Amino acid sequence: MIEGYQPKIIGFLCNWCGYAGADLAGTSRITYPANIRVIRVPCSGRVDPLLVLKSFQRGADGVLIAGCHPGECHYVEGNYYTRRRFALFHPFLEYLGIEKERFRVEWVSASEGKKFSKLVSSFTEELAKLGPRREA
Amino acid sequence: MARIGVFICHCGTNIAGTVDIAEVMAAAEKMPQVVFVDDNKYTCSEPGQASIRDAIIANRLNRVVIGSCSPRMHEMTFRRTVAAAGLNPYLLEIANLREHCSWVHSGDTVAATAKAIELVRMAVAKVSRAEALFPKEIGLTKRALVVGGGVAGIQAALDIADAGYEVVLVEREPSIGGHMAQLDKTFPTLDCSACILTPKMVDVAQHPKITLLTYAEVQKVNGFVGNFEVEILHKAKKVDHSKCTGCGTCWQKCPEKLPSEFDHGLGQRTAIYIPFAQAVPPKPVIDTEHCRYMKYLEFMEQGKEGKKPPQCLICEKLCPTGAIDWEQQDQVSTEQFGAIVVATGYQAFDAAVYGEYGAGRYPDVISGLQLERLMNASGPTSGEVIRPSDGSHPQTVVFVSCVGSRDDQKGRSYCSKVCCMYMAKHAIMLKEHDPEIQSYIFYIDIRAGGKDYEEFAQRAQEEYGALYLRGRVSKIYPQNGKLIVCGEDSLIGRPVEIAADLVVLATGMIPSAGAAEMARRLNISCDSNNFFIEAHPKLRPVETLTDGVFLAGSCIGPRDIPECVAQGSAAAAKVAALFSHDTLTSDPMTATIDAMRCIGCLLCVEACPFNAIDSLVTSDGRTVAGVIESVCEGCGLCVSTCRPGAANLRGFTQQQLLAEVMVL
Repeated sequence: MIEGYQPKIIGFLCNWCGYAGADLAGTSRITYPANIRVIRVPCSGRVDPLLVLKSFQRGADGVLIAGCHPGECHYVEGNYYTRRRFALFHPFLEYLGIEKERFRVEWVSASEGKKFSKLVSSFTEELAKLGPRREA
Repeated sequence: MARIGVFICHCGTNIAGTVDIAEVMAAAEKMPQVVFVDDNKYTCSEPGQASIRDAIIANRLNRVVIGSCSPRMHEMTFRRTVAAAGLNPYLLEIANLREHCSWVHSGDTVAATAKAIELVRMAVAKVSRAEALFPKEIGLTKRALVVGGGVAGIQAALDIADAGYEVVLVEREPSIGGHMAQLDKTFPTLDCSACILTPKMVDVAQHPKITLLTYAEVQKVNGFVGNFEVEILHKAKKVDHSKCTGCGTCWQKCPEKLPSEFDHGLGQRTAIYIPFAQAVPPKPVIDTEHCRYMKYLEFMEQGKEGKKPPQCLICEKLCPTGAIDWEQQDQVSTEQFGAIVVATGYQAFDAAVYGEYGAGRYPDVISGLQLERLMNASGPTSGEVIRPSDGSHPQTVVFVSCVGSRDDQKGRSYCSKVCCMYMAKHAIMLKEHDPEIQSYIFYIDIRAGGKDYEEFAQRAQEEYGALYLRGRVSKIYPQNGKLIVCGEDSLIGRPVEIAADLVVLATGMIPSAGAAEMARRLNISCDSNNFFIEAHPKLRPVETLTDGVFLAGSCIGPRDIPECVAQGSAAAAKVAALFSHDTLTSDPMTATIDAMRCIGCLLCVEACPFNAIDSLVTSDGRTVAGVIESVCEGCGLCVSTCRPGAANLRGFTQQQLLAEVMVL
């Protein structure tokens, strides 16, 4: 691990679950590393793979998408698209030379503040171990 | 050219205690297109909002960024603020500096401040690409659906109807009344529960604006606020209620007897039945699973071998009005509503989970609700408190509190709130039934928060001699016709053993069966215990995050009767406020499709969960997709599905989200 290295994470959080879960972590004062920058989206299904690629291109060390649990999407089925879309996207990232550990799709409900904070902590830790991205 | 104003909120010390506000302001001043930066102790206060309005006008700001609490908290507030200064409310972006920064990075000012600056930078980038948006007006159906006919649902239905709007009340049981109808007396006034509830039940049945649908369930919900389309399943009653007079001959003569759900298995009901004497409507349904004739029909249909069940038909033969209708089948109707109140209530925790207490194994270990039925004059024993095992009168009664409450081991960490009070009530009532009865109550804490509650709990001890023992019960076992209750009195630090005639487990509240499925149907959220989540626990306690869907009563969490009634009225007030408008404004954050870019693949039509995209033909004869704005919910699924980049989502455009990424 490189001393003092702070990975940067971009988090695309859906308004109804992931973002609300992150809010709950806040109101419950559950601390986690300050490495994540959150972009609010209405639904995890709104996240275009292009946005993930651009994040990596702009120097993100990790990208997180957090949506509602399958079956609980505010828009009925948006997260099913997310799940399937990014299952296909993972091998493409590896093809580009970006380790698949750098990209996570997770389900965080509005009541899972603790889960969100744990998630950011473990992701930050894992990225720190992985070190800075290789130059393309 | 955008002229962006950035306003950083201290939120007292909530943000300023962790984030260096001066540093964030200094950084914001250097951000592109930012022409004005200010801070405020409390931006949401009236002076805070006024300072934003003044700054917009004085500095000719045409975009605003507010660094404050979560947009889920105050986005609507601040949209109104900027609108009051003449700015389009959608030219506002909020940087979440509290929930996502200061509150979760306390103690690390350097990192928190650096993050706050980046969050503001992202918001500035996003707002610089924002466009003015204009809501559209849509019609609404001024007709409300209330789901659940307990006291909360009854109150909501009555209040909405009294406000002059039509209400449909759906209840899945054959009668309304809910759990309150099962209770004998209510704490702390010892009012007779039925005496105060049944008049309300009758009011529901007789109100000209209320349509009561019992033995019916909500199956499917489509649409949005003002325009819900709901599929209601009408379970076959096998009795034509338009002919039935409720004379009672059928249920008195029906030969098939089974345990009554309403009496929690302590009494019996027949296969054609009303759940209790004061049921509303006072007309029976046939339990097709247990009816002898239905079993006979099933037997004949399947052509089984063996003993033929009797072709009973007693109810049909005796019915004076010919109301029995064997042809009646389950039916589904689709109805339009403008608002939905969900009041699906609770069910009692199943005490059998505590094997050491022996509920279900020892007949004299009963639940609080079972004791209510035993004490109730219209209950299975006509109000005589007896031991279910031998019918004798108990002299020593032991109560065990927190069965299924405040117990992480059983996955129920919350307090069910009513049990302390109903144990005190039971101790008082038992003494009034028989002065020889001695009650012992094992408790963890006595929680008696509520008007006159503490005084009531004290009275149980001082005037009625209930003995409170602070400690958990570890084991209950039968010996010589008694139940030996082994517990601990933690105040004297000694184990205690009591030979009890009757043990009452104060079972807690859990969400009623099917709550999670109901939440899914309505598109609302559940907490980890499957109680429904309100839009804000303090400020919006009866609303949900789905517009037009309101909550009331113990489907949100354990509630006592006054709270359920208050919430029923509160939800009704919300519905009445909604219906006081002739049109609603639709959220303008909908999808758009650029017809020039669209290649007509129509993948978006398939992806859209709401059927809000249709194919159209342009003037030059091309097939393209088009958004039906009144139906679009704004999820943006079409945007990420669109290959040529023709679809976009107002408020979360590709350009705005990319701008946020690009400033990293």
